[in-house]
Amino acid sequence: MNVTVNGESRSLDAEASLAELLQALGLQDKRIAVEVNRDIVPRSEYGSFRLTENDTIEIVNAIGGG
Amino acid sequence: MATPAQSVPASNDDPLVIAGERYQSRLLVGTGKYKDNEETRQAIEASGAEIITVAIRRTNIGQNPDEPNLLDVIPVDRYTLLPNTAGCYTVEDAVRTCRLARELLDGHKLVKLEVLGDEKTLFPDVTATLEAAEILVKDGFDVMVYTNDDPLIAKRLEDLGCAAVMPLAAPIGSGLGIRNPYNILTIVENAGVPILVDAGVGTASDAPIAMELGCDGILMNTAIAAARNPVLMASAMKKATEAGREAYLAGRMPKKRFASASSPLDGLFF
Repeated sequence: MNVTVNGESRSLDAEASLAELLQALGLQDKRIAVEVNRDIVPRSEYGSFRLTENDTIEIVNAIGGG
Repeated sequence: MATPAQSVPASNDDPLVIAGERYQSRLLVGTGKYKDNEETRQAIEASGAEIITVAIRRTNIGQNPDEPNLLDVIPVDRYTLLPNTAGCYTVEDAVRTCRLARELLDGHKLVKLEVLGDEKTLFPDVTATLEAAEILVKDGFDVMVYTNDDPLIAKRLEDLGCAAVMPLAAPIGSGLGIRNPYNILTIVENAGVPILVDAGVGTASDAPIAMELGCDGILMNTAIAAARNPVLMASAMKKATEAGREAYLAGRMPKKRFASASSPLDGLFF
């Protein structure tokens, strides 16, 4: 299935979990927050959260800013 | 807002209280525009700041996920992080950013709200700011809100339940200094929550001007980060903010048009 991650198209196995996507991106242990289709997914639910075709995923972190 | 004390206040007994938390430093600093994370770390340490702002942005999902993140480099447990909504031009984006920040920082409630209205001036969109502030306060956030130097809007934001109101002294990143001290003074005089000048300070001599007006603190970024030596400027800003606070508490002498001799006239021998 195809999903959009931070504006980029990605191909994933069907029924991949959010945790599996983060693992594939090397972000599993990073300080991040995640939205799927504009809803925040709590960290505790990454493993159980199943992604579906055309999901839009935003992964954010904190950077320097004023 | 503190009133000048009659007795000598110990500087360690003059906390800045925001949303029930006590801070010894009245200087809040941003973490943007530095050369690298190490310079950021050194500058914020030299500033003595306890509250530091961060921005929320898309994580780089490119080839280098191990690139050090700001929060991996600075000793996060020594600071109160103040996630901002910089770059947000709509109520929706600002609220969304705050909610993501809360998730990112494990339920953290303190946020800096700014809803911008114009790219050239980065002036706030005050109607959108009011709307976003109301939503965020109802959602349980402690909102420190960037606004213009309009005393009526500042009071409205306080009445909505904001934890602190932060009028600009000049446009963000301009370094023009305290352009409208009388409006800042009016905001301070009307306030029941901390008032912090946010944006506009350019160099160390600007900081005590804000503090002597009675501001409870100052938030700055570019004045430090864009100095030739940011770490040294951070140290200067720390002292300047403290000096301004002490001068405010001390209460300045009245201004007079003509001279008043400092040495006694009695005992002149000529």
